[in-house]
Amino acid sequence: MITPFSTSGTVRCLVAIYMSEDDVQRTDRILVIPGESVGDSSLKSGMGTYRRGDEIFAAQLGIVNYRAGFVNVIPFSGKYQPKPGDSIIGLIQDAGPNSWMVDIHCPYTAFLHANETPWKVDFGTTTQYLRVGDIVLAKISQVDETRRVNITMKEQGLRKLTSGQIMRLSHTKVPRVIGKGGSMISLLKEHTGCRIFIGQNGVIWIDGELDGMVKASAAIELIDRGTHLHGLTDEVRTFLLGGTNVPDTNDVDGV
Amino acid sequence: MKRTIIPEIKKELIYKLAQCGCREDDRSLEDFRSISFETDVISTAEGSARLTLGKTDVLVGVKLQPGEPYPDKQDQGVLMTGCELKPMAHPGFESGAPSDESVEIARVVDRGIRESGMLDMQALCIEPGKKIWMVFLDIHVINYDGNLFDAATMASLLALHTTAVPASRFGLGEDFPLPVNLWPVTITFVKLRDILMADPTVNEELSADARFTVSVDDNGHFRAMQKGLKGSLTYDDVVRALDMAQKMSLELRTRIQTGE
Amino acid sequence: MSEDIVLLNSDGLRVDGRALDELRPIKIEAGVLGNADGSAYVEWGANKVLAAVYGPKEAQPKYLQDTAKAIVQVNYNMAAFSGDERVRPGPNRRATEISKITAEALENVILTNQFPRASIDVYIEVLEADAGTRCAGLTAASVAIADAGIPMIGMVAACAAGKIDGHIALDLGKKEDNFGQADMPLGYVPGTGEIVLLQMDGHMTMVEFRKAMDMAISACEQIHELQIGALRRRYAVNYADMDDGGTEQ
Repeated sequence: MITPFSTSGTVRCLVAIYMSEDDVQRTDRILVIPGESVGDSSLKSGMGTYRRGDEIFAAQLGIVNYRAGFVNVIPFSGKYQPKPGDSIIGLIQDAGPNSWMVDIHCPYTAFLHANETPWKVDFGTTTQYLRVGDIVLAKISQVDETRRVNITMKEQGLRKLTSGQIMRLSHTKVPRVIGKGGSMISLLKEHTGCRIFIGQNGVIWIDGELDGMVKASAAIELIDRGTHLHGLTDEVRTFLLGGTNVPDTNDVDGV
Repeated sequence: MKRTIIPEIKKELIYKLAQCGCREDDRSLEDFRSISFETDVISTAEGSARLTLGKTDVLVGVKLQPGEPYPDKQDQGVLMTGCELKPMAHPGFESGAPSDESVEIARVVDRGIRESGMLDMQALCIEPGKKIWMVFLDIHVINYDGNLFDAATMASLLALHTTAVPASRFGLGEDFPLPVNLWPVTITFVKLRDILMADPTVNEELSADARFTVSVDDNGHFRAMQKGLKGSLTYDDVVRALDMAQKMSLELRTRIQTGE
Repeated sequence: MSEDIVLLNSDGLRVDGRALDELRPIKIEAGVLGNADGSAYVEWGANKVLAAVYGPKEAQPKYLQDTAKAIVQVNYNMAAFSGDERVRPGPNRRATEISKITAEALENVILTNQFPRASIDVYIEVLEADAGTRCAGLTAASVAIADAGIPMIGMVAACAAGKIDGHIALDLGKKEDNFGQADMPLGYVPGTGEIVLLQMDGHMTMVEFRKAMDMAISACEQIHELQIGALRRRYAVNYADMDDGGTEQ
């Protein structure tokens, strides 16, 4: 039987639990398989779990985590479930006369209304602002019970992204790319000179010099692939110190 | 393939890198991705190979059975090549009838093999005008990250070179190796605006204007070609691609012959 | 049902040397494909089966969408080179039936109410067939769904039992399937004791049926352990490193 791990923190923060290096060290690191018992009726069934009778079982493959009377499973894989307030990166999939459909790397296509943008969009002129294939930085505004998702760009900083590189990871990997206290992301930025933004839906935007972008995306692939957590920061640092075959962009004449 | 949207900024980045002679995965424009393969992976097949080219993963199986010859080729065996882009390989692939893409891949692979004469069709005749061997070459794509033409061709060559004709099963004497020689590999390029690059990934294919596949035999002679996609090639593009393909085919052939 | 073919020798051993209640060797591997959200590969005797999962994703076309839960769609397919005779590519009645009952079995264990309007698409590709591919397929699909991180009650394990030369035997091979007297594939959820797939053809008495069922269920429990092992191995590095308890500076 698993002993509940004593934890600090409030119930509210449960929704925001992801597996970061930090989290992992605070749990007792038990890998669970769907259907495996993770607790009894003295606990509350948290995310990634379900209750049957007096017992709580894992519903997903992941690491079990006990916090504030809840038992949760922090999954290794799975799709992003949109939540209002989350910052995400989306890909314009379709344009209508006064709205766009946006792929937000989750099971559901999101709806972006023309009024939810920083621009004054006249009816029937949506493609003057956003076309299929464009990338936007946006926020989830509403999710209804059948998972119809609305997003907004009407907040400072939300915009169309016009250059750079895009990567799609499982949202479960987001905390690893950020690292403990932002250590991994700082490391990436420092060694590549790139601006990096990580959407909570697992879509990552990188912008900078060409060699920096190649290096940053390769490092993120390493983080994505690497199933190990311990020592990952060192591995990524070593990788970032190596070079790429991309010539320094300053040496290249415009073509 | 279902419409797959690639971000515009990704296309732009791929092009900018190409201008510097580079790729997203830090290759040069003429580099192939890493190749690994295994033969005799399916015991129900008379020959088989699984080959990965980067993240592209292809499985080829060869089955043989006796059949009737074509009226115009009474003393020759028959080669039938099929390709299935399984939905497990990519979210853009769908179940159901073979897509146009899969038919094109099957036909281009078939052409390279057929035209090179690597398969001795006459040796596959059992009784002229009555009975010949039918060779079914089935290409199963199980993970797609671009350049199926070259991956499927290489896997097909490996499968054919390890195929045994199951004569004893059909009471036609002893089993014997499929009469094959030559290794007609294909080299595929895509053209992004004004730049040619070999062995495209799926993102490079989705960004490309035109595609060009050329089959090169062991003597450096061309055995099949296919220009694809909606864009065009210039005269110079074609000559340059053929020139590169001749050189690259040597290395590619050695890689699959020796497994290194 | 030929009298000439002996499926059980005088020592009580079967044509491949197995005892009546012995499974063929089974190997399961999780996370074997690049693009799929989850995947698994199963080698079961001479069967080789690949399963891949995409989803949950919005169900298309729209009329398939259920506003209360996700739908589960399965496509079971035999590769052209998977049998002695070449299999014509494309769907057939057998594949359609197997796809349907496999989807229905999996619906029991997936927490579909968490994904309204979505579809979970499972592709089962039989690369090499030697009897028992639907059980191998369902077993692989369950691992692939867990690998995809799709919330589920537990995995389904599947195995057949049947009757050869008048004796109940586990996990029939091709010859036993062809010349035996009964075959009964069973899908079972070890955690809950639910039977989610059951078919039978042939001839059995109640006593024989009970025996076959008990045998298949206990085999499913063994197979479930192999499924768990495959998932643990997939994340083994993860697990080992976490256990080493070091702190990152």
